[in-house]
Amino acid sequence: MRILLRLAWLEAKLLLREPITVVFTLGLPVVMELVMGGVFGNRADPAYYRGVGAMDYYMGAYVGLVVAALGLITLPTHIATYRERGVLRRFDASTISRSTVIGAQTIVMIGLAAIGAVLVVAVGVVAYHPATPASWPLVFAGFVIAAVAFAMLGSLLGLVVPTARAAQGVGIMLWFVMLILGGAGPPPEALPDAMNLVGSLTPLKHAVILIQDGWLGFGWNGKEALIVGGFFLVSLALTAVVVRRRTAR
Amino acid sequence: MPMTPNDVVLAVEDLRKTYGATRAVDGVSFEVRRGEIFGILGPNGAGKTTTVECLQGLRRPDAGEIRILGLDPARDLAVVKRRIGSQLQESALPDRIKVWEALDLFSASVDGAAPWESLIDDWGLRAKRNAQFGSLSGGQKQRLLVALALVNRPEVVFLDEMTTGMDPVARRVAWSLIERIRDDGATVVLVTHFMDEAERLCDRAAIIQAGKVVAIGTPDELRSTHGDTVTVTFNGDEKDRALAAKVQGVESATIDETAAVVSPSAGAASTEGGIEARGRGPIGVRIAASLAKAGREPADYAVTRPTLEDVYLAITGDVDADEDTDRHAAKGATP
Ligand SMILES: Nc1ncnc2c1ncn2[C@@H]1O[C@H](COP(=O)(O)OP(=O)(O)OP(=O)(O)O)[C@@H](O)[C@H]1O
Ligand SMILES: [Mg+2]
Repeated sequence: MRILLRLAWLEAKLLLREPITVVFTLGLPVVMELVMGGVFGNRADPAYYRGVGAMDYYMGAYVGLVVAALGLITLPTHIATYRERGVLRRFDASTISRSTVIGAQTIVMIGLAAIGAVLVVAVGVVAYHPATPASWPLVFAGFVIAAVAFAMLGSLLGLVVPTARAAQGVGIMLWFVMLILGGAGPPPEALPDAMNLVGSLTPLKHAVILIQDGWLGFGWNGKEALIVGGFFLVSLALTAVVVRRRTAR
Repeated sequence: MPMTPNDVVLAVEDLRKTYGATRAVDGVSFEVRRGEIFGILGPNGAGKTTTVECLQGLRRPDAGEIRILGLDPARDLAVVKRRIGSQLQESALPDRIKVWEALDLFSASVDGAAPWESLIDDWGLRAKRNAQFGSLSGGQKQRLLVALALVNRPEVVFLDEMTTGMDPVARRVAWSLIERIRDDGATVVLVTHFMDEAERLCDRAAIIQAGKVVAIGTPDELRSTHGDTVTVTFNGDEKDRALAAKVQGVESATIDETAAVVSPSAGAASTEGGIEARGRGPIGVRIAASLAKAGREPADYAVTRPTLEDVYLAITGDVDADEDTDRHAAKGATP
């Protein structure tokens, strides 16, 4: 535990020494936000955006998007780079276990997600004056569940994808697909049924609704929380299998 | 020295590991005793790294028994890792981590770690204490990785091509540091391609080829069982050559008159040349004795025993014949 926190702190320092990737990952959702905000403003249309203002809708969605960017792109790329360069092997040979290394990166990722969420919300508030969260605790709880689930998914991706390059490619692709179909791009009401169906197979869709419901005053969405939690558990189980298999080849 | 089970720190019995169709390790057995520096030598792809990684618990063998410090690495991995130190042939640290941060982290992960500031001095990293791993030269990286292998005061240290990339001075420093670690009670398993390193450090060594141990023993044992040809060279004439040829144990004695030197003391009738006698056993002293009895005292008299490298080449075969011939030729030319 002590070593986990120590390693997480060290990882955070290493990240600050090479901030460019982080700036890029945290910047993407903000760019999306400014594009969508520029197009739609904060108009409310009963047919779209669950009947609330576009930017009211997007606040929760972009928090989800930040979490997804870090979980799908940053974390897998980082873990795959460590694996490719032999850093994980070095840790394997030491008393610091592979799960500690991945755990530390997960902690850093969740911390970054929090910063990114604050950033994307702050930009939104200043630019478009959306509604403030109806319930801070529910938004926070939704964020934590989403962040943990995407962190687990990202660890899994990082461990199974063959190279760092592949991790980056796969991550960006998944992120864009989830962005478009998962409710953080065009309003779901505007998408064909088939696309919405595929969207609902992605964790982002459920994470977005979970966070939005707290934000927009629709209360705690237990069903979505369970689904996102399910993604977490499945990734956790698969990661455990992979870690076990890879450390003893 | 009688050997009690306690003396054996590491025992491997019929270890096997296959990657697809490649039999990387094909029935390797050996024992390493406490306080020993044990060398593992062999050509590229022989299975040295695979063997060592099975011992470290980094790979799961297909078959075979491993006891390290009385433990099975497959079962007691955490305990084994606490008590061994590993410098892997291929590994790295995050590019942005600083030298001191790496040592600090690894020593924080174990109780009773070595004071890492002194490791920084030992391994010549003082000036690079605050440098990032990615900015270190190849040899500096290597030195840091060896230092990291020692940070937990290991009882058994695995060094897989430790001095690769180190400059000649750093190599010699590394050798004396490894001897010091051994003198402090650790057991060392050293994989190397440098025969001078093996000769200098190893108490015993195994030569592995195609996944099998083809020779094992002390450097002297290896010499005596595999191509223990002693070479005696000196300048002399045909009478001296005939004298040497009669000595017990001498198998051949030749004179090379093209390399003749005209000696002012000898008459014009006798031509001197480079004499080379080869054979087994103590032929060095015997030839010297019979020369001395005949009143001959060549000043350039030299006895060459086979180096570990000669033994290694004799065992593993000269694959790259040209290069190896050159090497022998170069050695023969030096008096
Ligand atoms: N992960 C792997 N997957 C497939 N084959 C492998 C793997 N690792 C090693 N091998 C093969 O196993 C054999 C033994 O490799 P190993 O690394 O143990 O050799 P080595 O004796 O350490 O060689 P070197 O002196 O070059 O380091 C080689 O033929 C190699 O190609
Ligand atoms: Mg090797």
